[in-house]
Amino acid sequence: MRYLSKHTFVIGSFMVLALFPLTASTYGMDLVSKVMIYAILALSLELLVGSTGLVCFGQAAFFGIGAYSVVLLSPMSQGASLLWSLPVAMLMAAAYALFVGALSLRTKGVYFIMVTLAFSQMAYYVVHDTDIGGGTDGIYLYFRPELPGIIDLDQPVQLYGLILGSLVLSFSWLALILRSRFGRALAGIHANEQRMRATGFSTYPYKLAAFVISGAIAGLSGFLFAVKDGFVNPEMLSWHLSGSLLVMIILGGLGHLRGAVIGAFAFTLLEEFFKSEAIFHTAAKHWHLGLGLSIILSVVLLPKGLVGIPEQLSNWVSGRKTTRATAGKQ
Amino acid sequence: MDLSIFLIQCLNALQYGLLLFLVAMGLTLIFGIMGVINLAHGSFYMAGAYMAYALAPVVESTVGGGFFSVIALGVVIAVLLGYFLEWAFFSFLYDREHLQQVLMTYGLILVFEELRSILVGDDVYGVQAPEWLSGTIALGDVMSYPHYRLFVSAVCLVLSLGLYLVLTRTRLGMMIRAGSSNREMVQSLGIDIKLLYRIVFAAGVAMAVFAGMIAAPISSVYPGMGNQVLIICFVVVVIGGIGSVQGAFLAALLIGVVDTFGKVLLPEFAGVLVYVLMAVILLWKPNGLFKAG
Repeated sequence: MRYLSKHTFVIGSFMVLALFPLTASTYGMDLVSKVMIYAILALSLELLVGSTGLVCFGQAAFFGIGAYSVVLLSPMSQGASLLWSLPVAMLMAAAYALFVGALSLRTKGVYFIMVTLAFSQMAYYVVHDTDIGGGTDGIYLYFRPELPGIIDLDQPVQLYGLILGSLVLSFSWLALILRSRFGRALAGIHANEQRMRATGFSTYPYKLAAFVISGAIAGLSGFLFAVKDGFVNPEMLSWHLSGSLLVMIILGGLGHLRGAVIGAFAFTLLEEFFKSEAIFHTAAKHWHLGLGLSIILSVVLLPKGLVGIPEQLSNWVSGRKTTRATAGKQ
Repeated sequence: MDLSIFLIQCLNALQYGLLLFLVAMGLTLIFGIMGVINLAHGSFYMAGAYMAYALAPVVESTVGGGFFSVIALGVVIAVLLGYFLEWAFFSFLYDREHLQQVLMTYGLILVFEELRSILVGDDVYGVQAPEWLSGTIALGDVMSYPHYRLFVSAVCLVLSLGLYLVLTRTRLGMMIRAGSSNREMVQSLGIDIKLLYRIVFAAGVAMAVFAGMIAAPISSVYPGMGNQVLIICFVVVVIGGIGSVQGAFLAALLIGVVDTFGKVLLPEFAGVLVYVLMAVILLWKPNGLFKAG
């Protein structure tokens, strides 16, 4: 396990994802695209929860705002230009994140969790109960955004490429951020906020900046989701999604960017597995049971999430070696 | 709004708030004392409602029916269930991170929801109120109010008062309050904290199940009812201040009033009002209305 460093693992995984369209069916491409979008969203949440220690229970709102922005701002008769629609979707989500963060960062712990939930529920009810986004029925995106002559997102491979590219860029950007002075400050806040303040850091602007960056990346994933499905509905902003996202990153392993990606894949693929009628026949409609039991099992067996498996394995192997060595001495 | 409608809405608000309090009370104690964010708490409410539906025929055939025997049986099952769950799923989680517990209880929600679907099915059921409570009381000339809702409010009030007395006047209550403000100190004074945890957890489950059972004739029994109540109860718990019983009581009544009158006066904003209220209160008082301890 020592030989498989985390860098080779990450680069290798991205290469597998890049080669995937060569062999995949339409269903496979669609599924993996969906998972990659969730992975971007999970990465945005990982920046808050795993790196800064801010448990946000309202990430779905930023996701939904990104998605609704592109649908509502696209002209009716043709696709919007990718050049402005993508940045605008991210900006809208970041603006809402700035508003939510500025207020909710006054609170801490479980109170923070609930205030972020409250603000995301407010956004949910705005699209759910008013007519601006088609109400409960949702609204269609008739033409995908485009860059005439260069990018045509109606081609599945190009869409897949855009999503994969966004995932790689988000991942690299976050990795760079976390290595910078800013990222170190976030890690310090996670470890002990009081001590950070005592050493002269004003922690509030750092946390707010992390919140806004996270909102912008969540907006990016919402944009991609709307473009992929050509459809948005209020359920994209519901707290169920925020909850599932938290489950993904905890399952993958907090404190590691790759944990968020692994968690998104594991969670979504487990769900697809237990839903599969080919394997479970009639029991497939009770797929929640399998998913729930696997989650409980992962809590029992994997205290550090899926990312911690190599470490646990090597501990186990070396533990056996030492017991054998001591047994030999006696 | 004329007087009788206003009165009816007040009664509805009171009844809803008190019911919320019963569920939220368990949640706030489990969080305040054990430090566990129990997402599965809503499932216990759901389990109660489904028990009220599913146990009735069983009780009918063995002891000859009766609303109270169904409730008594349900509460006994709930205490056993709570005791078992604490032992099997929670007892080894106390030194883990909070978020691991969240993950575990999320898994439990899925399992409970699916077990319910396998055992009882996915249909919506109605539950009959007992016959002697099925009448209505006249309010003004045209309006009337069902006896059963009054009965629910009264039972919840009595139970809340009982809980208050247990918490403030008994030795057990003293240990619970002490555990809520300083866990390590209680332990070092020689109190068996594990037993205390198990009692608190079982009591919390029993209250949620009880609330579900008596709410069943009013709200009917449907899949997903647990999740709906869970989020509102978390709102109650944080508005009141985590671990604070008085806070939860006040917050539950506040939510009852805001939600009930919101639905009547501003139907298009009814859903969002509760969250606006929570955001405003927490921005004003970042630790809830009553800080425990």
